Amino acid sequence: MLGYAERILHVDLATGKTRVEKLGEGTAKKYIGGIGLGMNLWLANSKPGVNPLSPENPLVLAVGPVSATMFPTGGNGHAFISKSPATNGVGEAVSHGTFGAEIKRAGYDAIVLTGKSERPVYLWIDDDSVQLLDAEHLWGKSPSETEDAIKDELGDYYVRVASIGLAGENQSKIACILNEKTRAAGRTGLGAVMGSKNLKAIAVRGTNDIVVAKPDEFMDMVKEFHERMKGPAAQKYRTLGTPENIMIQNALYCMPTRNYTNAHFENAEKVSGEVLNERFIAKIIACNSCAMRCEHEAVIREGPYKGTMARMEYDNLWALGPNCGIDKLDAIIKASELCNYYGLDAQSTGVTVSFVMDCYEQGMLSQDQLDGIDARFGNADALLQLIEKIGKREGIGETLADGVKIAAEKIGKDAEKLAQHIKGLEVTGYDMRCLKTAALGFAVSFRGADHSRSGAYTVDFLGKVDRLKAEKGRGKLVKDQEDVYALIDSLIVCKNAKGTFNSELAEMAKLYSLVTGAEVTPEELKAAGERINTLAKLINIREGLSRKDDTLPWKVMNQPIPEDGPVKGAVVTQEELDLLLDDYYDARGWTLKGVPTKAKLQELGLEEFSGIVEGKEE
Amino acid sequence: MVKIHERKFVSVDPEKCVGCQVCEYACSFSKEKAFNPLKSRIRVVRVNQIANMAVTCRLCEEPACVAACPRDALTQDEQTGAITLDKDKCNGCGWCIEACDYGAMMLHPETKVVYVCDLCKEKGEPQCIKWCPEEALTLVTSDTLAQKARIGAIKKLFQESKKESKQ
Repeated sequence: MLGYAERILHVDLATGKTRVEKLGEGTAKKYIGGIGLGMNLWLANSKPGVNPLSPENPLVLAVGPVSATMFPTGGNGHAFISKSPATNGVGEAVSHGTFGAEIKRAGYDAIVLTGKSERPVYLWIDDDSVQLLDAEHLWGKSPSETEDAIKDELGDYYVRVASIGLAGENQSKIACILNEKTRAAGRTGLGAVMGSKNLKAIAVRGTNDIVVAKPDEFMDMVKEFHERMKGPAAQKYRTLGTPENIMIQNALYCMPTRNYTNAHFENAEKVSGEVLNERFIAKIIACNSCAMRCEHEAVIREGPYKGTMARMEYDNLWALGPNCGIDKLDAIIKASELCNYYGLDAQSTGVTVSFVMDCYEQGMLSQDQLDGIDARFGNADALLQLIEKIGKREGIGETLADGVKIAAEKIGKDAEKLAQHIKGLEVTGYDMRCLKTAALGFAVSFRGADHSRSGAYTVDFLGKVDRLKAEKGRGKLVKDQEDVYALIDSLIVCKNAKGTFNSELAEMAKLYSLVTGAEVTPEELKAAGERINTLAKLINIREGLSRKDDTLPWKVMNQPIPEDGPVKGAVVTQEELDLLLDDYYDARGWTLKGVPTKAKLQELGLEEFSGIVEGKEE
Repeated sequence: MVKIHERKFVSVDPEKCVGCQVCEYACSFSKEKAFNPLKSRIRVVRVNQIANMAVTCRLCEEPACVAACPRDALTQDEQTGAITLDKDKCNGCGWCIEACDYGAMMLHPETKVVYVCDLCKEKGEPQCIKWCPEEALTLVTSDTLAQKARIGAIKKLFQESKKESKQ
């Protein structure tokens, strides 16, 4: 079947042995690619209860059927899948750039990495030639330095590299995997999994042709999307980019500020997308094959942080800025660069710093315990110092490097109440107290607190529902969005380009058919999205997660929004959460315990996994 | 021989180029019916995140590639200035690749002879230009490039003098 290389590469890092397994057409169609295929491969190559940081936990890298084609945003994604050391459930993170296209051209749909190398190595994939090369000299280097060094020693500029920094080497549970200097497979701590395998980097060069089944119609579709990407659907990404959200969300009082102490930042104007673009954005660049370039590169040209360069999005801007009460844009950009330098997920790092600041202000941590750092909210120097400590696991950094859940356990007292996480994964910048569809989306997200498993906040933002109300019907809204998002991450196309699809399922089905030559209907594709979400749930159940983990951070449920304004007093009660969860499980055809029924598994063609739900349904 | 000021080639505006590689895909698809940057006549270089630029043949006057070929496989088209290859004469030695200052000559991975931008003469217009989503690519003569630079410089000068007069 076109669109697929039909090859899965297995690499045993302990022995250096590799083998290639054929990807069957049935599996390909069933799980599409990306996170879907990756989770299927992870499940097939792991044992229940596996320690995420042990050699027995496979790390899967997967691309999709659209990868390396000219479809805008479709050519360029890749996904890492494993058991998350942060959540102990399914971990996955998608990144874009050019790395994924190169994997596909090298002739692989997925790579399954197992075992642990005795010494630091990097994986060098040159089409059919696969080698483990010494990385002793790269150990301790940043992802950016690592990439440059590998290109130099392999003598090829067009080699693409994904690597970890010091945080991944130190197995920090908020470590990410970066490719091409500024792109991160950020969430769920997969950098730590890579570090636990002594695998510093994956370098790849692929030279194979990529062809599609119906080239003429495919190119017509590409042209159509190019036109849409020049129009209003991509306007936001082409201009201010996602940092535009700062002022929008602040106006809606749904921008968590100072670790969820507030929902509105009084100094938002100072860190707005508008100011960022005017003062710091030097260039907006694009990933491979994309016609709507959205990657905003900020450069600091003067002052104490002169020479700093980082990619800025709403997410890192929020986490390291308003979330920590910080209104100095240059320091936020510097903090983002530091996260890239150490290979830390900027989102989780920002929330870890805001947690420390909260603990400090509440008297749970003293300045002495913080190595002398005056961790007041709003102190930009403290932010930068704490990131250094976390990146190096030094001093207080040892307590913090595994994210807020573990830090709170170490600190004790009531620190857990200030730890903004779900399932062990730190929150993102959407105040769930006044975005109740989003709250449900966050609670049930299989990878923990995250907006991008369902994008459920959009219905709250757009006023399609009463965002302060928890009511029946939200379950189906979240489910439907989750199914589409799972497809986006499996094909792989880009979530920033979601608005360029007029009809997501119909157009994705058309795209899949034109690329692969296998006709698929929108209904079949929708079922694949549901299957992928259900598979993720099955992994979580197998690894011991249950309904009690589909919950919300303490502050979201106990500390109402204090500001005078449209959402004063908003909070999500346990009754509301239960109502929402019941409604969601019902929409999914799962039991009230959040367990898929055997009938549901049968319907989705997942009956081979019914052992996982055995005895857990009621 | 075509006059230098009439010779048109594909030029890239580095201010506009975002490094998306759409030109590479458009080129390889048009020429080889496959998506493969390695077979594209135009290549994108991202020196760092803010320095992106596509590069292809500039149809030089007295082209070094032609001069370097010991087998007389390369000639410059008198009408258009485009470099043409006699495939039977080329043995893939790579001297032209070494001679070109722009990296516009490349060795084809399968045919093992060199290939270079031919301005898509069979299609009537360069496909990279047609597909570039940023309108960063244009077909120019050295004269139009100079004009553009001149106008840009003068506009900037006047903007700055306007600013100064306001202060």
